[in-house]
Amino acid sequence: MAILEKLTVYFTYPFVRYALIVGVLIAFCSSLLGVTLVLKRFSFIGDGLSHVAFGAMAIAAVCDLSNNMVLVLPVTVVSAVLLLCGGQKTKIKGDAAIAMISVGALALGYLIMNLFSKSANLSGDVCSTLFGSTSILTLTQTEVWLCVILSVLVVAVFLVFYNKIFAVTFDEDFSLATGIKARAYNFMIAVVIAVIIVLAMNLVGSLLISALIIFPALSAMRVFKSFRSVIICSAVVSVACATMGILVSILAGTPVGSTIVAVDIAVFGLFSLAGVVRGGIRR
Amino acid sequence: MALLTCQDLTLGYDGMKVVEGLTFSVSSGDYLCIVGENGSGKSTLMKTILRLQMPLSGQIVTGDGLKQAEIGYLPQQTVVQKDFPASVREIVLSGCLNRCGLRPYYSREEKQLAETNMEKMGITALSGRCYRELSGGQQQRVLLARALCATRKLLLLDEPVAGLDPKVTAEMYALIGKLNREEGITVIMISHDIAAAIRYASHVLHIGHKPLFYGTTSDYVSSTVGKAFTDWKEGEA
Repeated sequence: MAILEKLTVYFTYPFVRYALIVGVLIAFCSSLLGVTLVLKRFSFIGDGLSHVAFGAMAIAAVCDLSNNMVLVLPVTVVSAVLLLCGGQKTKIKGDAAIAMISVGALALGYLIMNLFSKSANLSGDVCSTLFGSTSILTLTQTEVWLCVILSVLVVAVFLVFYNKIFAVTFDEDFSLATGIKARAYNFMIAVVIAVIIVLAMNLVGSLLISALIIFPALSAMRVFKSFRSVIICSAVVSVACATMGILVSILAGTPVGSTIVAVDIAVFGLFSLAGVVRGGIRR
Repeated sequence: MALLTCQDLTLGYDGMKVVEGLTFSVSSGDYLCIVGENGSGKSTLMKTILRLQMPLSGQIVTGDGLKQAEIGYLPQQTVVQKDFPASVREIVLSGCLNRCGLRPYYSREEKQLAETNMEKMGITALSGRCYRELSGGQQQRVLLARALCATRKLLLLDEPVAGLDPKVTAEMYALIGKLNREEGITVIMISHDIAAAIRYASHVLHIGHKPLFYGTTSDYVSSTVGKAFTDWKEGEA
């Protein structure tokens, strides 16, 4: 009962409610596309793009842009398109390209912040951008609405193009050969992913975004056998873990991002176990 | 009018020529086998027919009302597909996608078509199973059913029996032959297996670094190129 009372008290503060809304929405969106990314062997794109977004944020901070989204979103979208649509033709492939962009952007971003930043607490700034420990608690109402609108758009795009996303993920060559505009859909997926990652940076910070994309998808794939059930399960798992993580972090006073990921890891363990048990019964 | 005509094609990539002066045509109902050594340009030719890459020169003309989007394709399996969580029905149904256009979901007819093709391939019982849990032969049947959803006229098969055991290989060839004879579907198949090509195909295209032979199977067996290969095969056995 004491816990419930404590929660009720906390939820009278608007910033706690905002954090919960935004957290759940981002967890939901990232899990939808996480399955596609994991299957396309792009698990690390979350990491790479979030570092790009970090670099862009550093530049925006130095240039004193009042709204850093103006710079961060376009830069991240362009990087996502370059990574995902380059495909087989590029000389530097998949994982190497992501690693290069990720490390490069992180290093340059930190360098720029170090050289030009006017803030006194530099390491604190960097830490909160990377781990997102405070920014989710400082959301304004406008940011919450922006997040709601973008989430609705992401979900709408996903629902309308669900079958196309499946076909392009499973077999790009077959789709191209049978007259599906696979390249256009890949482009679309890349843009949506970039939007989700920029959104998610507010929640867990750039270092932990990968976890939000990968863990629910992998957990779902342990147990479920069809694309649709994997997607649905991963969305449910992701939302549940985010809610749990946020509530626990409020009660225990732990960092929000790390707590969510810890819950995700625990659930992954449970699902792996369930998968083994189920596989054992089948055999 | 031929279903597919290739005129003086030069194929290659990154400016390197792999095949030159390739001219042949495929008529409705043909069963063409493309044979040749590794690196001779078989896969490049198939990718060019599918418009996945452009020829360096020459052209490919489709006739008999065959649209580009009506070619069914059985690709070689990719690494991504080996552990893909998808049910058999979802994969077969995805072959109908080129009929959808901008419509986001499948219609009842398309679902029916997927069911019919699963029945033809004898995989109806597997329709709820997960693709990655199937055997190699079953997976090929699933992909063949998907290809059938995408076409009524022309099937392109890229090494359809690679990695299958002899019994399943024979079943696969029988299935493809049946589609060709009974459904009247034109088949173009890439193969390493010259013995099977002679046994099942109506036409053979043997490519090396230039086109060595194109014609009917019976002509191929008595040609110099064909003889060299069939004699060698027999010698080996």
